[in-house]
Amino acid sequence: MPPWLDDFLWTYQNLVHALGINGLLALSMYVVLAVGQLSLGQAAFMGLGAYSSALMTLKLKLPFLLVLPLSVVVPVAFALAVGVPTLRLSGVYLAIATIGLGEVLRAVYLNVDLFGGALGLSGIPQRAETWMIYGLLGLAVLALWLVGRSGIGRAMEAMREDETAAQVMGVPTARYKMGALLASAVLAGLAGCLSAHVSSFIGPNEYAFEPAVTILSYVLLGGIGTPLAPVLGAWVLTLLPELLRGFSDVRLVLNGVIIVLAVLFLPNGLLAVRMKRIGA
Amino acid sequence: MLAQQLVNGVLLGATYALFALGFTLMFGVLRVINLTYGFYFSAGALLALWMTRAGWPIWAALPAASLGAGVIAVGLDWVLLTRLRRIQAPELSSLMVTLGGVLALYSAATSWLGPDIRRLPPGIVSADAFQFGDVRITTAQLLILLATTILVGALLLLMRGTRLGLAIRAMAEKPDAAQLMGIDTGRVAATVSFISGCLAGAGGVLIGLNFNAIHPYMGEAMMLRGFVVIIVGGLGDIRGALLAGLALGVIEVMTAGYVSSGLKEAVAFLILVVVLWTRPAGLFGRAVLRRA
Repeated sequence: MPPWLDDFLWTYQNLVHALGINGLLALSMYVVLAVGQLSLGQAAFMGLGAYSSALMTLKLKLPFLLVLPLSVVVPVAFALAVGVPTLRLSGVYLAIATIGLGEVLRAVYLNVDLFGGALGLSGIPQRAETWMIYGLLGLAVLALWLVGRSGIGRAMEAMREDETAAQVMGVPTARYKMGALLASAVLAGLAGCLSAHVSSFIGPNEYAFEPAVTILSYVLLGGIGTPLAPVLGAWVLTLLPELLRGFSDVRLVLNGVIIVLAVLFLPNGLLAVRMKRIGA
Repeated sequence: MLAQQLVNGVLLGATYALFALGFTLMFGVLRVINLTYGFYFSAGALLALWMTRAGWPIWAALPAASLGAGVIAVGLDWVLLTRLRRIQAPELSSLMVTLGGVLALYSAATSWLGPDIRRLPPGIVSADAFQFGDVRITTAQLLILLATTILVGALLLLMRGTRLGLAIRAMAEKPDAAQLMGIDTGRVAATVSFISGCLAGAGGVLIGLNFNAIHPYMGEAMMLRGFVVIIVGGLGDIRGALLAGLALGVIEVMTAGYVSSGLKEAVAFLILVVVLWTRPAGLFGRAVLRRA
């Protein structure tokens, strides 16, 4: 590695990690939106991955290569518990239940001693490497891109446009919706595990309402045309507060406004417009 | 001890019911899960705080803050939802718009006012309490009981006994048919937003009085209760929301009293998930969710 790159990575380490992790989170939102559902549980799933993996490292002293895959177990279990009853109902139920999940988990982290209360868990060894984050991000983009080009991808698009019609054409909509939610929980759980093992500290307020909505704004900014678009959206919204001084105060206001504008005026995402013009 | 807990629970539940009534009314008539609803709650509490600090007595600040929240509700509904209503957008689009809107509102309010917990001026409600046998009821609690009874009574009277109520119920039943019958659905929608906003605002003032802790994000924590109550009661069902709200208040107080106060949210959520598994139309629900 050339020394300037080494310097750069060292100086902007946190930002480089955040870009990769937020990219994973954007994908985790993308898979659910791609089948026409709205889940706001991504931050909650991320929190479950972060807390469960941190506890595995701190209390059970497991090696990180075991902790990382195991970190998806708890998020997936919660996704099943919330998804099975809600996905057979109309879309609003999943959205409501997942918003509720985030609120509840925050209260649990705050009040149960095992999770460290308001102080959170600290002293988590920094075991995640930059290449792991970007390797997983690359794999996830590739996998979602391949799925999107397959018959499953076309079925997902059909569901997004008109669920009833897709069902009539023989698309197993219930199975795909559940599959998307589980994939979303896996991605968010991995992102949570990675972020806990690069930042050495996790707290109860990092996984509640605001991050959940922020993740949605990544995807709405990027659009859901291709799996790369949400990652780009996440990068833009992660970089902006770093580039513009004084911007971080209004960061959340902007995220909210982006969602409003995107839904009202640009249902295909803001970047999607640009990308079409370039020809991507 | 048990009787006291029961009374506290019922009074807390009365404010939950009040809050959820507006939420369920909004869904029943406008067919939108409007997440800015939690902000009306915060707005009511913050307005009351501001008024009482300016020297207003609580009996004037409560209705004024509640009306103010109603006006905010009409404005936000107009900005965020009229366009989507016109193009008959899918329900998830409306939900997303209100989600973005409420994040912007909460964070703008927080960066303006700061995230600190604020308290109402001391002595705004007399600290006297009344003793009935083992049960002690504070003046604030009496005020909550009185205000909720009046508001719920007025709402039921409005819905069952006036032409406006008839129009609202017709629109909840079938908006197109209501319009064909000469009902100005745009105006009814605005009226419903206003009424819901007033109920949320009043709820905010009363919860602010009960716990004496007011901050911009208080509506967000309240939304979980709102979700539980309207789903357990059945989406759009007013009587269901009343009963479910009271029940939730009692359950929360009992959990806090006999198990752990940190787990009361978890218990509320557990109820939500169990009801979704077993009776998704709500405890009192029928298969078709079209009532208001």
